[in-house]
Amino acid sequence: MYSASDLRKGLKIEIEGQPWIITDFTFSKPGKGQSIYNCKMKNMLTGQTQNRSYRSNDKLEKPNLSDRPMVYSYIDGDEYIFMDENYVQASLKSDLLGEDRHFLTEDLEVDILFFNEGPVGITLPNFVFKTIIETEPGAKGDTATNVMKPAKIEGDYEIQVQLFVNEGDTVKIDTRTGEYVERVR
Amino acid sequence: MSSASDEACDGADLASRRSILEFRHRMLQAVRAFFDGRGYIEVDCPIRVPVPALELHIDAISAGDQWLRTSPEFHLKRLLAAGYSKIYHLGPCFRENECGNRHSPEFTMLEWYRSEAGYIDILADTKALIGSLADELLGSAHLDWQGRRIDLLPVWELVTVSDAFLEHAGWDPVKAWDADRFDLDLVEKVEPALLRTHPVVLKDYPAQAAALACLKPDNPLLAERWELYIGGLELANAYSELTDADEQRKRFEDCARERAALGKSAYPIDESFMSALQNGLPACGGVALGIDRLLMLFLDENEISRVRPFH
Repeated sequence: MYSASDLRKGLKIEIEGQPWIITDFTFSKPGKGQSIYNCKMKNMLTGQTQNRSYRSNDKLEKPNLSDRPMVYSYIDGDEYIFMDENYVQASLKSDLLGEDRHFLTEDLEVDILFFNEGPVGITLPNFVFKTIIETEPGAKGDTATNVMKPAKIEGDYEIQVQLFVNEGDTVKIDTRTGEYVERVR
Repeated sequence: MSSASDEACDGADLASRRSILEFRHRMLQAVRAFFDGRGYIEVDCPIRVPVPALELHIDAISAGDQWLRTSPEFHLKRLLAAGYSKIYHLGPCFRENECGNRHSPEFTMLEWYRSEAGYIDILADTKALIGSLADELLGSAHLDWQGRRIDLLPVWELVTVSDAFLEHAGWDPVKAWDADRFDLDLVEKVEPALLRTHPVVLKDYPAQAAALACLKPDNPLLAERWELYIGGLELANAYSELTDADEQRKRFEDCARERAALGKSAYPIDESFMSALQNGLPACGGVALGIDRLLMLFLDENEISRVRPFH
């Protein structure tokens, strides 16, 4: 159990059997009155958002969440399949993966977040490497670092890259921002 | 662990806030000059106390076998009982688990008291103080707070707790007291409506929320207590002080019982304060005003940590 004073941005709580993550949080306390913790939260299964206020004496359920290391295996329709070292599979639908799905590569090591026994989310490594499959040819010798152009990576996802990057190049991407970092070859 | 780069960062942060800290210094000086010019004396009260003030929703931070004060109120009243008629205190207070944009567990509080005065007299003092600080520090009678211009003179709107709740929350806490609903509606419905272009004073609290205020002689359902809001920011809490020792002991005992029921530590009654009350506290009024909040308002800052040197 959590008490209301544990509430903060990023805390995960359980309400009526569903896991929620606090996305924003305001502490108020009227003169001589009790503390009020107003929370914006997002349902970790459905993405639904809501606002709730808690008073200092309220107790909150702690969800049974755990991270398990797995590797990305393959995509089956709308389901992304991951496997642990014992070949036990877990699948996540694309809407639970969000933008993160564009940065998966075969055998990529990730953490899959489980709520009770069901997979509900993913934590990617901070950096991944993807191959450019389509972009306008780069002008030779154009090493300007601040001018960008669109390029598609495997999976048809578009990012902005530097002008000298060509099709077939591998680039490093920061998964926390979804942005290009550098060309690696 | 703080690294060399954290320390450099701290230095840069402190240096970048020079104008704020200089303004803070000028405000503290101006507050002292205001009271010194009116015949008040400044008194120091202990920061570490054997017994913290007994309040339902204020928790003290422990300091060894003692506590850090949550307010200097009881010591100031002991001075009033001893015959000091105009006193003020400016210094740090500490409250456990109070942390947010407008709350810091350590904050700077101004309290002043005078004998032969009631809460409405104290309101006149407060108006004079804030007018004088604005004139001296801002050079005007208005301020800009979070995109809104607020006129500090001439109108301070007085609204009773009953009227404010009836208008904005649809019920009257004086007629049907409900502590949980009161706090929640105050924060979610009433306080947002107090964000006006002039100061608002919420007055005449239900007797159940009297804290250390005396009840109205002509209506014991109401307490002579007010709270000042400027720009929706709660700045000060004032009472016509309760001087009846028996009533005070009863309120403390009720409070200790309620704290125990909530699973909070039930602080003992401060018997030094009680004996001062028994020996006779003159009729008096007093107020506690958050200096950091006043600075937020004057400097148009929305985070209390911005107006304090260290956080």
